[in-house]
Amino acid sequence: MIGVLFDGIAYGSLLFLVSVGLSVTMGLMNFVNLAHGAFAMAGGFACAVAMNRFGMPFLATLPLAFVLGAAIGAMLERTLYRRLYRASHLDQVLFSIGLTFMAVAAATWAFGSSQQLVRLPDALRGQVRVAGVDFGIYRLFLVAMVAAITAVLGVLVARTRFGAQVRAAVDDAEAARGLGIDVDRIFAVTFALGSGLAALGGALGIEVLGLDPSFALKFLVYFLIVVVVGGAGTVRGPLIAALLLGVIDVAGKYYVPRAGAFAIYAAMVILLLVFPAGLYGRRA
Amino acid sequence: MRHSFHRLLLGAALAASAAAVFAQEPVKVGVIAPFSGPAAGFGKQIEGGMRAYLKLHGDTFAGRKIQLLIRDTGGPNPEVAKRLAQELVTRDKVDFLAGFGYTPEALAAAPIATEAKTPMIVMNAASSVVTTRSPYIARFSMTLPQVSAPMATWAWKSGVRKVYSLVTDFAPGIDSETSFKAAFTALGGQVIDAVRMPLRNPDYAPYVQRAKDAKPDALFIFVPAGQDAIAFMKAFEERGLAKEGIKPIGPGDLTDDYVLNSIGDPVVGVITTHHYSAAHDSPENKAFVAAFHEVAKDLGRPNFMGVGGYDGMAAIAEVVKRLGNSIDGDKAMEVLKNLKLVSPRGPIAIDPATRDIVQTVYVRRVEKRGGEYWNVEFDKFTDVKDPGK
Repeated sequence: MIGVLFDGIAYGSLLFLVSVGLSVTMGLMNFVNLAHGAFAMAGGFACAVAMNRFGMPFLATLPLAFVLGAAIGAMLERTLYRRLYRASHLDQVLFSIGLTFMAVAAATWAFGSSQQLVRLPDALRGQVRVAGVDFGIYRLFLVAMVAAITAVLGVLVARTRFGAQVRAAVDDAEAARGLGIDVDRIFAVTFALGSGLAALGGALGIEVLGLDPSFALKFLVYFLIVVVVGGAGTVRGPLIAALLLGVIDVAGKYYVPRAGAFAIYAAMVILLLVFPAGLYGRRA
Repeated sequence: MRHSFHRLLLGAALAASAAAVFAQEPVKVGVIAPFSGPAAGFGKQIEGGMRAYLKLHGDTFAGRKIQLLIRDTGGPNPEVAKRLAQELVTRDKVDFLAGFGYTPEALAAAPIATEAKTPMIVMNAASSVVTTRSPYIARFSMTLPQVSAPMATWAWKSGVRKVYSLVTDFAPGIDSETSFKAAFTALGGQVIDAVRMPLRNPDYAPYVQRAKDAKPDALFIFVPAGQDAIAFMKAFEERGLAKEGIKPIGPGDLTDDYVLNSIGDPVVGVITTHHYSAAHDSPENKAFVAAFHEVAKDLGRPNFMGVGGYDGMAAIAEVVKRLGNSIDGDKAMEVLKNLKLVSPRGPIAIDPATRDIVQTVYVRRVEKRGGEYWNVEFDKFTDVKDPGK
C-alpha cells in the first residue's frame, strides 16, 4: 500500500517534471506551445549525447540539458515565437505542431530512429528498504528534484521582482510597458525558462520513458492532461494534478490491472467535470 | 548544339539498357516494411538480411538478376501496406512481394497477393493467422505460438510450477500468452495470473510490482522488441525480482539481438525460447553475420528479422533457379511448399499443408562475453510446427 502510494507519487513527479515547462509557457505566457515535447526531447538528446559520446557523468548533464534547452528556446522565441504572441490559438497550435514535426525529422536525421540509452550512476540504481518497504532510489531522486524545482519556481514567481514583472506583463502587456517594464525581455526570459525546464524534464525522463525521435509526440497527451487538469498558469496546479494522476494511474494498474490503463483518463474526465478550469485555474 | 549531344547520349544509354533488358528480364522483388519511424529497424534488418544473401551468393540466378524495390510503410500501417502492394503488383509488375514487419500489414496485403497470384514471402509478421489469409503466402520467420509453447516444456522440466504471465495487449502478446498457458497447464503447471498490459505504456513498474508480490516461480513475459523490452527489463531489475528467485522467461522478443547490448546488465540470465540467435554456432551463421556487417554497417548484428530476410531471399533465389524465365504464382508456390533449406538459424522447411515454417526452437540464456551480451543457446526442440493452427 505504501509502496504503491510511493510509486504513484514518483510517477506523478516524473509527469510534473516533463510538464511543468509547458505550464510556464502555456499558463504564464498564454501561448499554446505544442512543441513543448520537442524541447523536452532536445534536453534528452543533450543528456544522452553528453554521456555516451563525451563520457560526462549523468548529474553533470542535467544543468547542461537545462541551459541548452533554454538557449534553443530563447533563440526560437526571438526569431519565431514572438511573431505569434498576438495570433489566434489556432495559429499557435499549427505553428508549434509544425515545429514539432520538424524537430522529429531533425532528430531522426541526426541521431537515427533507435532508442537512446543512458546508464544511471550506480548510486541512483536499485532499491532501498525502509521499514519493510522497498523504495526505488531513482524514484526518490525524482521526488527530491520535484520538491527543489517547485520551491525555486514558487519563490521566483511569487516573491521576486522578476516574478511580479512576469505576472504584470502577462495580465496586461500595455500597462506593464507603460510602467517601464521591458516586456519583450521578460517574455524572452520566461520562454527560455519554460524551455529549459522542458529540457531538464526530458533528460530526467529518459530512464523511465525512454528516448527516441517520436518522444516529442508520444507523450504530448500526458503533458496536456497534467496542465489542463492542474490549470494553466500556476506551478501548484500542475504539481497537485501530476501527483494525483500519478497515484491514480499506478494504483489502477496495480489493483485492477485489467482496466488500469484507463484510470488516468477516467480521472481526467471526472476532475475536469468538477473543476472545468483546472484545479487551480485562474481563467474561466 | 550541346542540347542535341545530350539527347544523343541519352538515346544511346536507353538503347543499351533496353538491350540488357531484352537479354534477361530481372526478377523484381517488392519489399514492404517500415523503413522510417520508431519501427525503422524492422525494415532495415529485413533488407540487410536480403542483401547479405545476395552478397554471399551473387545477385543473379538462372541468368536473371534480382532487383529489390524497397517500399516504406512508416510503422504499423496496414492501409499503406495495401496500397504499396497494389502499386508494386500493377505498376511495377513484381514477381514477388516480400517483407512485412507487422501482422496487420501482412493481412492487409494478403488479398492482393491472392488476386494477382503473386507469391508473398513473409519475413517477420508472426501471428499464427497470417498464412491462412492467402494461398500465395509462405512464411520464413516464425509464429509466436511456435516459439512460446516450447518454453512451457522447458520451464516444467527445470522445476517451475507457478507462473505469472505479463504480456502486451495485442495479437502477438495474446498468441504468446494463450499458447504458453495451454502448454504449461497441460503439463500440470499453474498460471496464477495472466495480465495484459496496454500497448502504449510509459511505466511498467506497477505491473512488475504486482507480479513480484504474487511470488511466482517464474514470470512469463512478452513485450515488443525495442523500447518496451528496455523499459520492462529496467523495471524488472529495479524491483529486484531476480533476488526473490523469480525467473524471467518468455519468447525471444525480450532479448532481441538488435537491442540486447543497449539493455545491458538487467537482462543477464533471462531465459528465452526463440528460433535465432546471432551467437548460433554454425559456419552458415558465421558467414551470414559477417556479410550482414558488410551490407548494413550501422545496424550492428542481425536479429531474427534479419535472418527472416535472409531465408526469404534464399527461398526466392531457389524459385528463380528452378523456374528460370517461367515464374508464375502457382508454380512458384509448388516450389516454396516443399522447400527445405539450411539457414543460419539451423535447418528449416516449409510445411506443405500450411505454408508455414517448421524449424528448431532453441532455449537460450543471456550471457556477457567479451563486453557484449549474447543469447547463448543451451537446449533445443527440433522440427517445431506452429501449434496455433
